[in-house]
Amino acid sequence: MTHMTTDIRRDAAATTATATGRAAEPPVLLRTTDLVKHYDSRRGLWGRITGRPGSLVRAVNGVSLDIRRGETLGIIGESGCGKSTLGRAILRLHEPTSGSVVFDGAEITELGRDPMMKMRRRMQIIFQDPYASLNPRKTVEDILIMPLKLHGLAKGKAARDAAAAMIENVGLKTAHLDRFPHQFSGGQRQRIGVARALILNPEFVVCDEPVSALDVSIQAQIIQLLAELKRELGLTYMFISHDIAVIGYVADRTAVMYLGEVVETGRTRDILAEPRHPYTQALLSAAPRLDEPGKAARIKLTGDLPSPLNPPPGCKFHTRCPHAMDVCRKVAPAPVADAQGHMAACHLIDGASGKAEAPA
Amino acid sequence: MTTTTLPRPDTAAGDRPEPVLSVRDLRTAFKTSHGIVRAVSGVSLDVYPGECLGVVGESGSGKSVTFASVMGLVKKPGWVEDGEILYRGRDLTRLSDRELRALRGKDIAMTMQDALTALNPALTVGEQILEVLRAHADDLPRGRAGRAEARRRAVEMLDLVGIPSPADRLNEYPHQFSGGMRQRIMIAIALACRPRLLIADEPTTALDVTIQAQVLELIADIRARLGMSVVLITHDLGVVAEHCDRVVVMYAGQVVETGPTRAVISDPKHPYTQGLLDSIPRLSDLSHPIRPIQGQVPELIDLPPECRFIGRCPKRTPDCRTGIDMRPAGPGRAARCILVGEETEA
Repeated sequence: MTHMTTDIRRDAAATTATATGRAAEPPVLLRTTDLVKHYDSRRGLWGRITGRPGSLVRAVNGVSLDIRRGETLGIIGESGCGKSTLGRAILRLHEPTSGSVVFDGAEITELGRDPMMKMRRRMQIIFQDPYASLNPRKTVEDILIMPLKLHGLAKGKAARDAAAAMIENVGLKTAHLDRFPHQFSGGQRQRIGVARALILNPEFVVCDEPVSALDVSIQAQIIQLLAELKRELGLTYMFISHDIAVIGYVADRTAVMYLGEVVETGRTRDILAEPRHPYTQALLSAAPRLDEPGKAARIKLTGDLPSPLNPPPGCKFHTRCPHAMDVCRKVAPAPVADAQGHMAACHLIDGASGKAEAPA
Repeated sequence: MTTTTLPRPDTAAGDRPEPVLSVRDLRTAFKTSHGIVRAVSGVSLDVYPGECLGVVGESGSGKSVTFASVMGLVKKPGWVEDGEILYRGRDLTRLSDRELRALRGKDIAMTMQDALTALNPALTVGEQILEVLRAHADDLPRGRAGRAEARRRAVEMLDLVGIPSPADRLNEYPHQFSGGMRQRIMIAIALACRPRLLIADEPTTALDVTIQAQVLELIADIRARLGMSVVLITHDLGVVAEHCDRVVVMYAGQVVETGPTRAVISDPKHPYTQGLLDSIPRLSDLSHPIRPIQGQVPELIDLPPECRFIGRCPKRTPDCRTGIDMRPAGPGRAARCILVGEETEA
């Protein structure tokens, strides 16, 4: 019971994090507990006039995760599962509805403006779309200097020197500093996005689908760059992606999300080798394989993701699950973890072993 | 997952049936303020009856423009400069707009990447399927009987692509469907007249993997049932590996490698194909390091005659400056690289 990452983790954590004696584990850098982000879609004029109970989009619905210093936690899920919202809620770019985010021992959801600003220096984000996330009217130098100015860390020549050093760190040239974003290709723009996130020398970076908008050959360049920078600067990543092969490549541990909830977490290699939740199994089997086509026994999911406005009762996956039973339609399954911290929330999983029982 | 209904057209050259579509030395250009962009420069490829051909390449490789040219959809400031597009022996570049329109949708159909923009938001999906049937299905009786029959066929198409309660959903608008469902509707429209050739341009790029698997399986299933040929344009070699009999790899407006999918993926001949394969993380072997291709795709303006991959190629030689044509590289295979001939001879 070292570092489980769900509700039950809190009991375990309360006893001690080193119960099994593996003291070598690095400390937890970021911990979310029951993090919730709901968007209220009632805010329209009509909703306010009628005052009728509006519909809530339950984007993130009680997520509890640990990220240890120096590790990469992968977050995987399909569109609408809440993975990007989770990243934004953790940084308070979107204010969480409830729950707690503890970063390096400090509860950040209660921080006021100035202390939060200071905290942000240590936690940054790289966005998915390198076309939309850079101001088209600023030069690369302006873009890189802006965070330094905002945080009052450097100005004038010192800031320009920092920008010049950073741009070379991400594989571009100082000559590029005077150019505008439109003069760069997608891959180069993403390098600028990386430079902007790292110029404040953060400890923790949310990488929100940083390679999804890029061509395959360029995607590999950015993955490699992020891995190198992590090694050199001792960073901790939360790496959000819909591509399970990318996650498999970059993440030490992985959390699988479905409709705002974490359905499985564990070491990435355990999840890939022995996925326990039927959704993870389906996700893995749907990924096209280059060198073993058709090998994965295709688990066919029928239907689409249900609307987060009106999530199904019980286990949220039951509407698409090939093993759905009566109990799944009524009762939400509790997370069950084994000694390695491999957790899944599914009624098929036997509480004693943490493994899935053979579905009937 | 690929079900091949016909003998694989990639064995000995002599056994090959006549191709359904044969593109010969196609050149398509666009006039821009920076100069003339030669998006497609000398592409030749064949599509055989009943096969699924994968056309793979990154942005700017010319894969979509090649097939937009086939469909006669390249409009100003772009134009087809040169080349032949032979559909069952007829050169499509010589057809009038009217003749082309008679062919398009009926014999050759294309689905677009982004189903939300490709569908008309102001018409119900039923109207959009009926439009194709009215334009092309010449076996429909006149009058009320014809309308009823067209409607019956439209329901049948939606049913074929797996849309639940198709008769009701015929009256709904595109925005009332999810992304995966919209892609299915576009496939239904494309298949309404049972074309011999379906060109699917990135049919699943905008979709989640679980939905992608559903849509690709649907295309494979319909191909087997209707015996049509499919061209699958994609940037994802994994999708090609799972679904295509043969593959054409494009780079910077040219075909750089072609051959049976398994052979190309297990033993790529062109350094670009090798680089592409090395840059993809593989679930089967995550310890295998990914190696990106350095540099970027060249701008397609005023390109010298040299090999277009020269700037990024780890194996370049001074001889690559002269440029190169496709060379035979084994059974049913060819690659555009000077190293290919040498390897075979050695």
